[in-house]
Amino acid sequence: MEESLYREIEEIIEKYREEETPLLCVLQEVQEKFHYLPRNVLGYIAKKMNVPSSTVYGVATFYSFFETNPVGEYVIRVCKSTPCHVQGAFNVLQALKRELGLKEGETSKDGKFTLEVTSCLGVCGVAPAMMINDVTYGNLNDERVREILALYRR
Amino acid sequence: MAKTLKEMEKAKEKANLVTIYLDGKEAKVPEGITILEACRMEGFHVPTLCYMEGLSSWGGCRICVVEVEGQPNLVASCVTPVREGMKIRLSSRAVREARKTNLELLLSNHPLDCQLCDRNGSCELQELAYEFGVREIRFGGERKTYAVDMSSPSVKRDANRCILCGRCVRTCREVQSVCAIDFANRGFDTFISPSLGLPLGESVCINCGQCILACPTGALSEVSHVEMVWDAIEDPGKFVVLQTAPAVRVSIGEPFGLPAGTVTTGKMVAAFRRLGFDRVFDTNFTADLTIIEEGHEFIGRVKKGGKLPLITSCSPGWIKFMEHFYPELMENVSTCKSPQQMFGAIAKTYYAQKMGIDPKDMVVVSIMPCTAKKFECQRDEMCASGYQDVDFSLTTREAARMLKEKGIRLEEMPEENFDDPLGISTGAAAVFGATGGVMEAALRSVYEISTGKTLEKLDFYQVRGLDGVKEASLEINGMEVNVAVAHGLGNARRLLDQVKAGNSKYHFIEIMACPGGCIGGGGQPIPTNLEIRMKRIAAIYEVDKNLPLRKSHENPAIKKLYEEFLGEPNGEKAHHLLHTHYMPRERI
Repeated sequence: MEESLYREIEEIIEKYREEETPLLCVLQEVQEKFHYLPRNVLGYIAKKMNVPSSTVYGVATFYSFFETNPVGEYVIRVCKSTPCHVQGAFNVLQALKRELGLKEGETSKDGKFTLEVTSCLGVCGVAPAMMINDVTYGNLNDERVREILALYRR
Repeated sequence: MAKTLKEMEKAKEKANLVTIYLDGKEAKVPEGITILEACRMEGFHVPTLCYMEGLSSWGGCRICVVEVEGQPNLVASCVTPVREGMKIRLSSRAVREARKTNLELLLSNHPLDCQLCDRNGSCELQELAYEFGVREIRFGGERKTYAVDMSSPSVKRDANRCILCGRCVRTCREVQSVCAIDFANRGFDTFISPSLGLPLGESVCINCGQCILACPTGALSEVSHVEMVWDAIEDPGKFVVLQTAPAVRVSIGEPFGLPAGTVTTGKMVAAFRRLGFDRVFDTNFTADLTIIEEGHEFIGRVKKGGKLPLITSCSPGWIKFMEHFYPELMENVSTCKSPQQMFGAIAKTYYAQKMGIDPKDMVVVSIMPCTAKKFECQRDEMCASGYQDVDFSLTTREAARMLKEKGIRLEEMPEENFDDPLGISTGAAAVFGATGGVMEAALRSVYEISTGKTLEKLDFYQVRGLDGVKEASLEINGMEVNVAVAHGLGNARRLLDQVKAGNSKYHFIEIMACPGGCIGGGGQPIPTNLEIRMKRIAAIYEVDKNLPLRKSHENPAIKKLYEEFLGEPNGEKAHHLLHTHYMPRERI
């Protein structure tokens, strides 16, 4: 990794030094920069923050919004929590798999899409739901999935 | 932090008492303790699984649930504090059914092949399933399919047998302050992972094996050298030499049903002789040798103004810990090899020459209370004889299994003596097995060698016992020598941080990675708990007291070794064979 990237990480850590629980904030912001959290970056964060790297790894793998492997330009996260499940999340996931030709956890060859499932997104009122990067989509069905994907395929 | 009975008794004297009712029986217990602690104080048994004495409690397994009148749900007794007037039912139908169901859920993705497991017979999951009357599997869940992690030279991890109780994680963090492992992922995919998802062998794991002692199931065990040792014993072309560590003679009786704290030295020697070793020698011999070398190293550093405090180097878990976390203290650490490695180097040079054996045909096997010894004997530096000095290192548990496999009943053995000359040792070597022992042995010799006077009191009670950090001082030639002892690396940090900051008042520090020292090592019989550690320690001092010689420098075989072979302590030959160096390691 380049020297300048390490400096950027250090700056992010410095920014959250006063926070009570800075690790989550740091991981979030570092992920925004790198799109995912590579192993050496996690190790570097651990060392700089004086937190055991096993803890940093535990946190980074616990939350489904943290990625420890490279991801595509758009990360699609389909909610698999109970309310979405009841409202047909399985069908939504099937539709996405069909449309994208991907399985869970896979990234398309052109590097555009990554398909994942996630825990509750907190929008149970519009279940079944998914997120594409920062944007949330609810009341999904096969047709909506196709329409939404079309927006990102352009 | 889960309290010991003794700590709770102490708390009872001071604290406000509350009245609770355990299955109808009134009890007055100190405010602030948990229901589980209250039960143990009052003599009620509550089954537990993720709870462990000396660690924080997290109430994850729900095996210790009890019913509290007025509360809608059962509560985990290990994390629920007592309150005035609480009426607690410990074994109502609801409680028993809940515990059993929770256990069955834990079993739903368990391999259920107890016969094939290292922990068959010492598994807490197995025992609870028996006690709770689980006789069928009601929930046949999806199984885990993790590859077994054999990357570490010491610790084998089989995540398929893991029930995620977290006892290993808490031990590694709270007792050892190493934090090599933690929970990773979530839900069904949760597993215990070394740092950054790397194999354990590439992590900061120091190989101490305390996680193995903490594990209730067969998820963690030692990397076995048993098959290699059978092969060596049965190879007629190999001369197989055994060494047994100080702490093994006070614990190996346990797997054979002898009470903890039974001294089995003679029986143990007889048993291993029958196992087929060509010579049964004693690591205590080289423990005495370590004291001579390390004692002279200390005296030399004091005289020449060398780096102080001098820190002991017998514990390979501590050494790797130092290399990862305190590389700046590398020069403080004694260059002496551990007794295991000194033994290998002497056996394959001095003894091989004496016997006219080509060292390439000699196999040195050690029986150690330790899993880190497996790592130590494979370190690149440990080839002073021109060959790997110690070929294989068995834990006490593995050694007991080998005896059983050959049908040798240790408890029925006659008393026999170690072979000469590498089996002759003193009481000073015996106490190496307990925390404070190396320091005590060193003080006995350093005092007499430096002053030429006889030490009146050989027993240094200040450095004995299970306090995390102990200290003593002794006047030697007008100098007040301050010494300190720590066991468990969390405790050691207290001393090491002082040394690092440059404000340590100590001249000599003993550090043992494992709580209690080697008698509580990661290779010892399971269970190893506080009570058992105390009994083994008492046995160690019994061995010391009953030996005719109790000072390393009076060992006649050691004197002869210097006369015939080594020359001077810390001399050139001694340096080549008995001393080593260390390397800084990444804090991954």
